[in-house]
Parts: sequence; C-alpha cells; structure tokens
Amino acid sequence: MATLNSNIPSGPLAEKWEHHKFYTKLINPANKRKYKIIVVGAGLAGASASATLAELGYEVHNFVFHDSPRRAHSVAAQGGINAAKNYQNDGDSVHRLFYDTIKGGDFRAREANVHRLAEVSVNIIDQCAAQGVPFAREYGGLLDNRSFGGAQVSRTFYARGQTGQQLLLGAYSALNRNIANGGVKSYTHAEMLDLVVVDGHAKGIIVRNLQTGEITRHNGDAVVLATGGYGNVYNLSTYARGANVTASWRAYKRGACFGNPCYTQIHPTCIPVSGDYQSKLTLMSESLRNDGRVWVPKRKEDCKKAPQDIAEGDRDYYLERMYSAFGNLAPRDIASRAAKTVCDEGRGVGETGLGVYLDFSAAIQRLGEGKVRERYGNLFAMYQEITNENAYQTPMRIYPAVHYTMGGLWVDYNLMSNVPGLFVLGEANFSDHGANRLGASALMQGLSDGYFVLPATISGYLAGQNPGKRPTTDNGSFKEAEENVQTMTKRLLGNKGKRTPDSFHKELGKLMWEHCGMARNEASLQKGIKAIGALREAYWKEVNVLGESNDWNQSLERAGRIADFIELGELMCRDALMREESCGGHFREEYQYTPDDPETKQGLVNPGDVKRRDDQFAFVAGWEYAGAPDKAPILNKEPLVYEEVKMSTRSYK
Amino acid sequence: MKVTLKVWRQKNRNTPGSFKTYESPELNENMSFLEMLDVVNEALANRGEEPIAFDHDCREGICGTCSLVIDGKPHGPHKGIATCQTYMRSFKDGDEIVVEPFRAKAFPLIKDLVCDRKAFDRIQHAGGFITVRTGAAPDANSIPVPKENADLAMDAAQCIGCGACVAACKNASAMLFVSAKISHLGLMPQGQPERYKRAKAMVDQMDAEGFGACTVTGSCEAVCPKEISLDFIARMNRDYGVALLKGDPKAIKGGGAG
Ligand SMILES: Cc1cc2nc3c(=O)[nH]c(=O)nc-3n(C[C@H](O)[C@H](O)[C@H](O)COP(=O)(O)OP(=O)(O)OC[C@H]3O[C@@H](n4cnc5c(N)ncnc54)[C@H](O)[C@@H]3O)c2cc1C
Ligand code: FES
Repeated sequence: MATLNSNIPSGPLAEKWEHHKFYTKLINPANKRKYKIIVVGAGLAGASASATLAELGYEVHNFVFHDSPRRAHSVAAQGGINAAKNYQNDGDSVHRLFYDTIKGGDFRAREANVHRLAEVSVNIIDQCAAQGVPFAREYGGLLDNRSFGGAQVSRTFYARGQTGQQLLLGAYSALNRNIANGGVKSYTHAEMLDLVVVDGHAKGIIVRNLQTGEITRHNGDAVVLATGGYGNVYNLSTYARGANVTASWRAYKRGACFGNPCYTQIHPTCIPVSGDYQSKLTLMSESLRNDGRVWVPKRKEDCKKAPQDIAEGDRDYYLERMYSAFGNLAPRDIASRAAKTVCDEGRGVGETGLGVYLDFSAAIQRLGEGKVRERYGNLFAMYQEITNENAYQTPMRIYPAVHYTMGGLWVDYNLMSNVPGLFVLGEANFSDHGANRLGASALMQGLSDGYFVLPATISGYLAGQNPGKRPTTDNGSFKEAEENVQTMTKRLLGNKGKRTPDSFHKELGKLMWEHCGMARNEASLQKGIKAIGALREAYWKEVNVLGESNDWNQSLERAGRIADFIELGELMCRDALMREESCGGHFREEYQYTPDDPETKQGLVNPGDVKRRDDQFAFVAGWEYAGAPDKAPILNKEPLVYEEVKMSTRSYK
Repeated sequence: MKVTLKVWRQKNRNTPGSFKTYESPELNENMSFLEMLDVVNEALANRGEEPIAFDHDCREGICGTCSLVIDGKPHGPHKGIATCQTYMRSFKDGDEIVVEPFRAKAFPLIKDLVCDRKAFDRIQHAGGFITVRTGAAPDANSIPVPKENADLAMDAAQCIGCGACVAACKNASAMLFVSAKISHLGLMPQGQPERYKRAKAMVDQMDAEGFGACTVTGSCEAVCPKEISLDFIARMNRDYGVALLKGDPKAIKGGGAG
C-alpha cells in the first residue's frame, strides 16, 4: 500500500504557507546549477515552472509533444483568471476566495492548499501584468474585472475572449527568455512515454521524438509533470484534440497514485452535439452567463416552436427559479445538472432535444446591441460560424459538455506525488478544486503552482539528493523503461487488426458518457466497468495502426494515448462506484436530496441536489496500480481534515 | 454532399511529393473542414492506406496549429478564421478541393500537410519578452495603461502564430507575425525599456531564418485568422529604424553594487 501523507504544515491556516516557506530547506545559489530538473509540459503550469526554476539557477529541461510551447491547451481558455485583489471594492478578500473555492469544490478539497492558492492569486496578476499581458482595462488605465459562476464578487481578470492565450504567451515569453540565456533546454515534438523510477525515486523519463520516432532517455534529480487534464477520455469534450493522459497514466503505472479520477467537470454552456462525425465540442465562455438568461419552455409542446413565438409567461428561467441568490451564475456542476434535468423532462430544445436557450434579448434591450457586441462579439461570431445562427437575433442553444478534470495524480502540500521526486502541477494534479472547479480558477492554479508554489517547495526534496550521484541513463531502470516503450510501439504496429484507433476512442467516449457522465448509479457503473474491460481486450486484438515507428506517425501517437484512455476510463468508473455519495460534479443518483429532507424544507437546497456523506466519504481517493490492467487497483485514502471551515450543506439559493 | 480532394502527399522532406486524388465519403455540411479530413482518413485507414497527415489541436481557432492551403488560400475561403473554423457548408456538393501544406523555405515540410514552424519560436527566443523575474513585479494597478494602448496591444497580441501570413506572401515574409509580437510588447509601458533592442534582435533573427522581404502587398493581412493589421509592420519598421540609429546600448559606467 502507498502512504498518502499530505504533509500539511502545522499552525494557523493563514500562516501555514509563510511558515512552510521559511522552514523548507534551501539550496545555496552556487549549488543550484548542479541540479537538473525535468519538466514535462509547457502550458501555464509547465512554462511558468520551467522559467522560474531556471531563474533560480536550476538546470531545466522542458519537454512538450506540441511543436511549440505556445500551443499547449491552456491557450484555449477564454473567460478569465481569478484573483483576490478586491480592486472593485466589492468585499473580496483572500478569505472569501478561499471560502468560495472550498465551497465551490463541495468540501472535497484540501483546506491548506486552497488557502495558499487564494493567497498567491494576487501575486499572479502582478507577475502577468509586468510581463505585458494585455489585460482588459478601464478608461482610467486600471485593470477591469468581471464576475464568474459561484461568486458574488467581480474578481475575474480577462483579456478579451482569450485570457488563456495571453497568459500563456506571458509564461511562454518568460520561458523563451530562459531558453535564450541557456537556463532551459527546450525539447518540442517530444512525447514522454514512460517515467523512470530508480530506487523508488523519480529520476528520469523516456521520450519519443515525434518527427523522427527516435526514443531517448533523460535523467534528472526530479521530474515535474505539468501535462494537463484527461477529459478526452470522453472523446467529445471542449479540450484540444491532442490533450491526453499518457504522461500521468504511465506515472500511475510506475507507482504514483491517481487522486479522485471520477471528478470531472461538465461545463453548462457548450454548443450541443450535432452529429456522429463530430470531433470536439466548443465551449461558449461562462462569462456569457453574466448577461445571458438560461431558459426552456414550460411546456413540452412548445419545444419545437421558434423561441420568439414562446410568450414570456411560458418560459421557465429555471436557474433563476431554482437558485435565486446566484441565478444564472450558479456554479457549473449545478447549472449543468439543471440543464440535464429539464431536458430529461422532455423540455429540451433544438433538433435533438438536448439543448437549452441562452438568451441575450434582455441584455440587448438594456445595454444595446453595441455593448453586447463589445463584450462578447468574438463568442457570438464563433457561435455563428459553427451553427450558422445569429445569436443577436435568436437565443443561443447550449448543452453541457466535458470540460475539465478535477482529479489527477495525487500530490502532497509540496505538490510531490507519493513517488519521491515526482512533482505534479496544474490540471494534471488533483489538488485544489475538490469535486467541482469554479470558473477562472484553473488558470489561477496552474500559474500559482508554476510561478510560486513548486519553486518554493522543490528545494525541500532536492536538498536530500546528491546531484553528483544522479543515476545515469545506463542505469538498469532506464534500460527497462526504454524497452517497455519499444515493446508497446512494436505491439501496436505489429497488431494488424481491423479497426482504427479512433473507432475505439469513439466507442470509449460513448461508454464513459453513458455510464460515468453527468448522472451515475451503481448498476450502470458496474456495466461500464465490464464494457470498458472488454473494450480494452478488444483493442489489443483488433486495433490496426498504420505507418512506421521511425517516422511522423499520428496514428501511432493516437493509438498509444487511446490505449491509456481505455484503462483510465475503467479506473474512473471504479472510483465513481466506490464513492457512494454525491458531491460537486460527481452525481450518484442514489444520493440526492428529496422533498422530505430537512435541508430541502429549510430551503437550503432543491430536491435532486447532490447529497454528500461526510461521515464516510470525506477523503481523497488515491488509487494505486496493482501491476496489471486487469487487476483491481488498490484504494488508499487521505482523510480530509477541516480546521477552519465547517463542512456544511452547499447552498446557492 | 460529397467532394473530391486533391491532396499533397509527401512521405518526408527527402522524398519528393505529389498530389493524390480522393473521393470523400458522404459528408454533412455542418462538419468542419478538419472533421471532413477525419472522415476521409478513417475511410483511408479502413482500406489499409496511410491517413493524410495534417496538423491540428484546439479546433477552435486559437492554438495556431492547423494550417493548410485550401484552393490556393491559407486557411481557406473565409476571412478572419482558421482552417479549423471552416465548415463544409462553404463548399458545394461535387466540388474539387485542392489541399496543400504551407510552403516556405523557413517552414520545412515534415510530412504531407505538416510543416515545421519552429523558426517562429526562435525569433521569439531572440527577444520576444519583457525581462522580469518571477516575484519581482509591482502591484498590477501601479502601472496604469491607457485603455487605447491596451486595446491596440491586444489587437497585436491576438496573433496565434500559425504562419498563414508567411504562406500567403510571395516572398514568404514573416513581417506581419514579427511586427505583431514587437508591437504587442512595444505598446505596453512595461515593454519600453527593451523596446528597440527587442525590435532589432527579433528582426535580425527573422532575416537569419530565411524569411523574405516585405513589399506591402497585404496578402498576409488578408489571410490572417485574427485580421492583424498591416499598420503594425509600419510600427515595427519605425522601431527597427530607431534601434539602428541608437546603435548598441551603452553600458552605464560605475555604480555597481560593492
Ligand atoms: C475551452 C476551454 C476554456 C477554458 N477556459 C478557462 C478559463 O477561462 N479560466 C480558467 O481558469 N480555466 C479555463 N479552462 C481550463 C484551463 O485552461 C486548463 O485547466 C489549464 O490551462 C491547464 O493548464 P496546464 O498547464 O495544467 O496544462 P495544459 O495547458 O494542458 O498543458 C499541457 C502541456 O503538457 C504537454 N504534454 C502533455 N502530455 C505530454 C507528454 N506525454 N509528453 C510531453 N508533453 C506532454 C503538452 O505539450 C502541453 O505543453 C478552460 C479549458 C478549456 C478546455
Ligand atoms: S486547430 Fe487550433 S487554431 Fe486551428
């Protein structure tokens, strides 16, 4: 069994981070350059970490499978980044951001991590502004803010509809400066395919050059994974097509525990699925819910009518009705589930009946079309490109889609996994969002981890390592790991089955959506586990991967990633099955509030809202690989201890 | 609907390539252009033929990974969008569509429709940053930026680094790209200390990479998915000119920490 020690420092919550930084061992400047750190990934988390570690003097080697660090999936974030600056004087504070995030995560995140995140948030904005990130500004030249779901203050900073690209370009520029001055060596089109563990410590990686197919070994004193989320296990999602779980999954197979894999975020405002050929779902930024009102017809019979022909009194603005305090800005998990509920009642709109309206007519009346265009013009244009509809004239149609994964590799307070020397940052770790992430908090966490947290904590581990004794790449563990990669490549290319890798990905996606999607239950999860296990076996019998290993081969790249997704899908179902409660994005139909529950009667929740079981499930699940894909994984638990906040009923009414 | 594709196939840089013709399976006009290629590729793979290699990732016009010259136009028939945002409803049943990679000396071909755009990264290594260490930043609101400047900087910063500007230019010039980068940072107060040095370093690297000269025909602006304006090229030329006039920055004597 693995040991999951959170290593949360002692002392009052608000002082833990300062104390911890003080007591963490440092490495003197002259010695830092002797340490070599491998960073995989250059999204917000990986780029910011690489640049900052290099500035501190470490020798950093950065790897990305993309052709350029600038293309990491972080680039696609639209809406914004939170920070407790309280520039709007609307009552925000570090404590409020902390509390909103803990509550938003349905009391399933680690208190100490979240408090640190809120503390550091203010430094992030300073750092990014100094790098020249062109944040939106008011006429006086100061920074502008907007509001996002799950908060009653305006603390979200943004750069038109492309906050992610602008923050990433900032981190990328810092990375570039350190590449230019020799602090970072950058490897692009370089995919990590295995983690090398020597004497129980992470000491290297095996990498495939996607252009030439060459497999190489890389050693280091520590390995940092900042490789993003795994939502593409559902095939259809708002993620970039290339986003995958391979780095995390291979680390899992080398002993790193996977934390809360079933916690997935389904985002309420995405363009509905239109056909079987579809390759991705497009997010319509949550910021739209600032001015758009969500509704469906009150009566089923009206669903096929044009929205203009449905009288005001015949519309059900269900979020405003059900969650009056937050209304259209209810958190994502709640808004998504409500959309599913009204569609399941037969009141969904559009051809498939899986859609709800997001209506701007009131905003256009109030503000004028010009102002709405100024705020959301690019999103309206995107909507029109995809659907051929003009949302200034007719309401948008939206439906929930897979968007983010709160689960990820388990890490302690130092962001180190249970494999010493393996650190995990950004969306790839499980740490800060509990069972549901609030909008504009992923960018914040990625940059917090990379700019501020890891650079302060990694020295605590490195101080115990002797860089003079770093295992070389002729070490047996490197050889074994390389052979492992070669064997898998050969097996995929040599298989000569009849089905394409993508056809399996589609099938897996459907299974996941059906059995481990927005609503889960015991019987269906059990079916899912069986079906995915069978799919895994079929994969290795029937998959056909064309092309060669020593060449640019996108089929081969995808085939390896899909093999990992299939195994992950099974683990997600197992986690969801084990967690006999509902919390945040994890909704088990067996555990929901009924009209008779006291909380419902008191008006805190609606019937059908998620019901936690703190007495039994206030823990992080850290799943440990049992040595073979068909062996049941081992469950380890990290109890969640709340010192400051009381776990309470999560109410947005 | 169905279309006929004339696609550039090339195994690698060292093997000559040629056009191959493929009939698409039945398509839906709501498919994106890349989804159409997915469907064609699945059909190819099911016949045992190697799928067409093409670059893509976000499929929503922001990562700059997709490329393709479609019927002679980088990013296809429409203005202000990338290939991944092009939908089959822009074509007619029975159309023949010619699909080629971005071609430029500085973008060597990798395979079929995929080319190597790392030259863009190297230009940014040369100077595409503001020197600020992590943790050394003042409060963000201590540096007000006039909204007009911030907006203009943002207009430049929207560049997604796809390289369509280079592919569209008869000289394969990268001026629109480089000028967008230089203008974004040069328009912000934070970017002033290194403004001219940056312009010079990036332009020199651009030349070293083998990109051609600009003759202001505007074909780059016409295909840019973010509609970056040619005006930024004028800005860049001014900054580069000033950099040449100033010469290498002189070190200030004395005053070092003891
Ligand atoms: C459409 C969309 C909009 C969003 N909008 C917002 C928003 O407005 N606000 C917000 O806070 N969050 C938003 N998010 C979430 C947020 O963007 C992500 O959670 C975050 O950017 C992830 O950053 P990251 O650095 O952890 O990983 P990523 O940006 O995904 O980077 C992963 C990196 O790892 C590399 N990599 C992965 N695997 C390997 C491997 N095996 N070998 C080598 N390299 C590898 C990749 O090349 C890449 O560089 C949005 C997400 C989506 C999908
Ligand atoms: S795939 Fe990202 S811009 Fe087209």
